[in-house]
Amino acid sequence: MASIAIPRHVAYERPAILDWLTTVDHKKLGILYLYVTMFFFAVGGVLALLVRTQLAVADNNFVSNHTYNQIFTMHASAMLFLFIIPVWAGFGNYMVPLQIGANDMAFPRINAMSFWLVPPAGLIMFGGFLVDGGSAAAGWTAYSPLAKTLGTGMDMWIIAVLLIGISSTVGAANFLVTMFRMRAPGMTMFRMPIFCWTMLVTSFLQLLATPVLAAGLVMLFIDRNFGGSFFDPNGGGNVILWQNVFWFYSHPAVYIMILPGMGIVSEILPVFARKPLFGYKAFVFATMGIGGLGFSVWAHHMFTTGAVLKPFFGFMTALIGIPTGVKIFNWLGTLWRGSISFTSPMLFALGFVSMFLIGGINGTFSAAVPVDFAIHDTYFVVAHIHYVLFGGSVFAVFGGLYYWFPKIWGRKLNEKLGVLHFTLMIIGFNLTFFPMHLLGLDGMPRRIATYSSANDWDLLNSIATVGAFLIAVSMIPFIVNCVMTFMKPKDQPNDPWEGNTLEWATASPPPVHNFDELPEIHSERPLFDLRHGAPASHQAPR
Amino acid sequence: MAVHAAVHKQNEGMSNGMLGFILFIASEVMFFGGLFAAYFIARADAPSWPPEEMLSPEKIASGVKLELELALPAVATVVLVSSSFVIQWGVIQIRKGNRSGLIWALFITLIMGLTFLSMQMYDYSQLPFRASDTIYGTTFFTLTGFHGAHVAGGAIFIFVCLARSLGGQFSAEHHEAIEACSMYWHFVDVVWIALFTTLYIVG
Repeated sequence: MASIAIPRHVAYERPAILDWLTTVDHKKLGILYLYVTMFFFAVGGVLALLVRTQLAVADNNFVSNHTYNQIFTMHASAMLFLFIIPVWAGFGNYMVPLQIGANDMAFPRINAMSFWLVPPAGLIMFGGFLVDGGSAAAGWTAYSPLAKTLGTGMDMWIIAVLLIGISSTVGAANFLVTMFRMRAPGMTMFRMPIFCWTMLVTSFLQLLATPVLAAGLVMLFIDRNFGGSFFDPNGGGNVILWQNVFWFYSHPAVYIMILPGMGIVSEILPVFARKPLFGYKAFVFATMGIGGLGFSVWAHHMFTTGAVLKPFFGFMTALIGIPTGVKIFNWLGTLWRGSISFTSPMLFALGFVSMFLIGGINGTFSAAVPVDFAIHDTYFVVAHIHYVLFGGSVFAVFGGLYYWFPKIWGRKLNEKLGVLHFTLMIIGFNLTFFPMHLLGLDGMPRRIATYSSANDWDLLNSIATVGAFLIAVSMIPFIVNCVMTFMKPKDQPNDPWEGNTLEWATASPPPVHNFDELPEIHSERPLFDLRHGAPASHQAPR
Repeated sequence: MAVHAAVHKQNEGMSNGMLGFILFIASEVMFFGGLFAAYFIARADAPSWPPEEMLSPEKIASGVKLELELALPAVATVVLVSSSFVIQWGVIQIRKGNRSGLIWALFITLIMGLTFLSMQMYDYSQLPFRASDTIYGTTFFTLTGFHGAHVAGGAIFIFVCLARSLGGQFSAEHHEAIEACSMYWHFVDVVWIALFTTLYIVG
């Protein structure tokens, strides 16, 4: 058959900047997601340092009360809506199609739209600092009636969160269709890598919970701008309604923020313990259990309103401890008698398991209604959310970056700097957040701009501030490491870690079409099978 | 690339686009679920409904009344519900390969949808209360307003499908956009039936 060879590099050549701005390739969009979200992580981190500087000593007036409200609100909003939620979309974008042996996401152009909603959302949210009255300052929870009294910055916050909501809802549908319909031959649902499973459950949560938040944001916008009475008792409305609608999203959202991190850790531990994940199916069902139960526990954030059925929500919340405990045993069972190598990704994964365990335990305290009445809205809760979201999610983000860096950028990060980064970060993290348990039990309320020296909270707060700056210092070896590594040539083989999953079956970084050839898939560890031969019990019926 | 050909062969049945569209509608259901929840919570809290006692004397003096007119919305309901049957007839026609039947069905559905929207606009202009008049007005205008916006979105979808069918882009084998469009129109219709029942008949 006669054919004409089309030189592809000529046919597709265009300026790099145009290529990045118009790309629909899941890998490039994944990288864009990672860059943008890490930028917002840095911005949110600077705001956190301002918070800690203000709280370092008693009766401080480093910033005014109103500025303080804006800073802690924007810290949380940036970290949750502009960092953690979209950073998983970044990892998911890059890894899910590779891990299931597909050549792209199901809807590449919709995928690009999901990404391009994130930067404008960030600009709009931070644009609030430029308008009269400043940015949003009602906390990331934006409770009414406080949220109704603020200036235009609050409306900008609502619009930004709506944009992020659209991005994550549409992205979720994209991930679901990709995983349901684009899997390679032999890749059954129960052979999908664990990271894919966690992205699948996360996507269901995003698809079904985010629109409810959108409905709540729309109501808040109408109340603020069109004289609505949704949250105004004077017009027959109900302030608790906002809390119900908000937490109906935001409790599933905490699983949206942690499940993909659990997935990344479950990818890293087997590779560096040289063992299969202990209890793959149990892990999958536990993930589904967390996702399902996640819809029935939202009112545990609202025990002290007295307007919710406390025994039900307390009981359901305690139930979530069971699938979460199953996962802890999955991880411990994977490590048990493994041949462990303490590489940087492994250190971050182990940091995740240990810090998340503490976050789980102090979360169980909060689930007990009588205890919750004592610690509600104190620094104990701040300690809890940071043990799960920083000790959990952020450690998983860095674990994922160290683990997949060779695949994404074709170069391996320096191990010594990685270990230094981890050591500084885990010490700084515990210095910052462990004292907050004690402050909370001593009654220090969250969100206060300063405190009296009569409270005797100075020492613990100063320790927390030192810790926060140590976390910031720990970013220096990371940034230096990235810069140094980017200056090195791309020298990584397909599979530098001897991984288990399909992303290691292709070049590092992968070509545009992802795979020149796929190995046969007989188990959830196709690359292990490729190296060692598939066990007979795993042979697919043909 | 042979691998990916195999992938598509393996996955017969519903297409990626259709599955994605169904998931999108699921998220829309949750959105309206949130708005309905707000309405029912307000209803459950209210000592009386409509909550006339929440109106200030000045507002009552200026003619604000919390009451709905049933006749015109009932006609609009008949128009919208019938239009769902018309578009479904169009789907059946294109499945048989009848292009002109599809074109007529889309054209009539579009007219009926726009008629519904015009009736709603007129009804809005005649109502004796506004969105700022108690939770009654707020929920009424929010729920019907967002539904109206979805009808308008559906009308745009139908318009695009109509233009494409005039261009001869659909056939018995290839008409997925029509299936999706009619599914969306049925969804909008079902939401309206729930709204009409809740706001006009029960309310």
